Amino acid sequence: MKGLRKLVDNIKPHFSKGGKFAMLHSTFDAFETFLFVPNKTTRRGSHIRDNMDMKRTMIVVVLATIPALLFGMWNTGYQYYLSIGETAGFWCNFWYGFWKVLPLIVVSYVAGLATEFLFAQIRGHEVNEGFLVSGMLIPLIVPVDVPLWMVAVATIFAVVIGKEVFGGTGMNILNPALTARAFLFFAYPSWMSGDKVWIHDMIENGSNVVDGFSGATPLADAAAGHIGSVPCWCEMFVGTIPGSIGETSTLAILIGAAILLYTGIASWRVMFSVVAGGLVMGLILNAFAVNPFMEIPAWHHLLMGGFAFGAVFMATDPVTAAQTNKGKYIYGFLIGFLAILIRVLNPAYPEGMMLAILFMNVFAPLIDHYVVEANIKKRLKRAKLAAKSVSNQNFENK
Amino acid sequence: MENLINIFVKSIFIDNMVFAYFLGMCSYLAVSKTVKTSVGLGLAVIFVLGITVPVNYLIENYLLKEGALAWLSPSFADVDLSFLSFIMFIAVIASMVQLVEMIVEKFAPTLYANLGIFLPLIAVNCAILGGALFMQEREYANIAEATSFALGSGIGWFLAIVGIAAIREKIKYSNVPAPLRGLGITFIITGLMGIAFMSFMGISL
Repeated sequence: MKGLRKLVDNIKPHFSKGGKFAMLHSTFDAFETFLFVPNKTTRRGSHIRDNMDMKRTMIVVVLATIPALLFGMWNTGYQYYLSIGETAGFWCNFWYGFWKVLPLIVVSYVAGLATEFLFAQIRGHEVNEGFLVSGMLIPLIVPVDVPLWMVAVATIFAVVIGKEVFGGTGMNILNPALTARAFLFFAYPSWMSGDKVWIHDMIENGSNVVDGFSGATPLADAAAGHIGSVPCWCEMFVGTIPGSIGETSTLAILIGAAILLYTGIASWRVMFSVVAGGLVMGLILNAFAVNPFMEIPAWHHLLMGGFAFGAVFMATDPVTAAQTNKGKYIYGFLIGFLAILIRVLNPAYPEGMMLAILFMNVFAPLIDHYVVEANIKKRLKRAKLAAKSVSNQNFENK
Repeated sequence: MENLINIFVKSIFIDNMVFAYFLGMCSYLAVSKTVKTSVGLGLAVIFVLGITVPVNYLIENYLLKEGALAWLSPSFADVDLSFLSFIMFIAVIASMVQLVEMIVEKFAPTLYANLGIFLPLIAVNCAILGGALFMQEREYANIAEATSFALGSGIGWFLAIVGIAAIREKIKYSNVPAPLRGLGITFIITGLMGIAFMSFMGISL
């Protein structure tokens, strides 16, 4: 450890002002703070600092996604062996999925961080840690077979157009991970939707698949009216169903949610109101049920597709969500409401969570604006009343 | 009744004037700096659309369309004046905008000053003429349908401009790269909002 510190201190002068590599100072800075807790102190004024700085926050979110990631790896292998009609042991499933998922993660991190470092160098700002989370979320929300170059293109698009043009981490209006997914979804629909994309090798070697295995997600089955082939709720809860890598297991996502809520990083208001919105829309659809998809119990919607993943990891993004507490309730409720609405009523898309969150990201600043305005009005009124009663009292005292 | 609601919802979200047809972009980009002025302009557009489309509907169906003059006398049954529709629609729109301008100047002088040239320019706002032309093209069955379409499109445009105004207020102090400041970033935001609005495309009502 000491040797490392010495090494860093030795090469530090080269990267500070006037050094050989002064232009690379933000790259150096990023690695230094990655290795050691920065010891910079503010010179003027008093600043109260929490040990929960941005690096810690982001790494906790990454940790929270680990259960979903591990389960996704196992499930990738499990679904693959299921599709070719073989049964494999636990580790066999896991290793198979591990080698399929790992390249996605590496590509997403390398492409995204390279873009991020490049922008930091050119624009002279520090390398921000925000991408650590986005880079983890992107592999979790794509089908396992999506080509690696597409992941790279989508990641770069999301980092540049979704984030850097607005000024970097904390300034973006749309969630970068979802921007990447939306880009893939609209640019390469044949790799992002359909029944075959969710299982490894099913597009290229569909003939290996055993008879009777469709590979369709529960949502696709329900939308097509095959209510009989929708798995039971316990399977959807544990997550042994086809789907994007990280989204299938509600159980693993709940573990992540517990971590995020315990550390106070994600807003419980958003999570709670997303679930409430989804349930309300589910009940409304039940009341007007005209086809079997509308009749499925409202709470099943929470287990299907990307609803849980979106509610826990995407909607709670502190940058793109509404900032005010009242706004968070409205924002979350509308996400849940719209997600189920799009999922059931829009035949063009099998799942609505991604688009519902993007839609509400766009309107979050508006919600905030009106919540703040309403508060200003309320307080002005109160101030006026107070001023009035004070002047009345003064009048009486005289 | 159900039909009217369908047309209304459809024209707000699915056939949104800004994000589905890219109409009315000039004032959408220019006046969306603050929420307050954009609310004013949005309301003015709703008002103008809500009046001109039904009026144009009546003109179209009782004066201009082929055979529309038959109510005057049977001998006019084969008269087709539809080549006049552009001029008639624009005339109606221009006079309505004049009216709105006078009302706003009288009752909301600050808004009038903030909107500046863009208030009279509603007359040449493509969303308004687009509304009248879509009404003609889609052949709505009665005036109620045309009105609900007009109000829906107006509200859709209103939502778009108010939404982007709130975003622009939020990013006012962001460190946007210098070449993109102002209109550049606004175009990018519009594109991203368009992706978000894609969520409703394909819903059949």
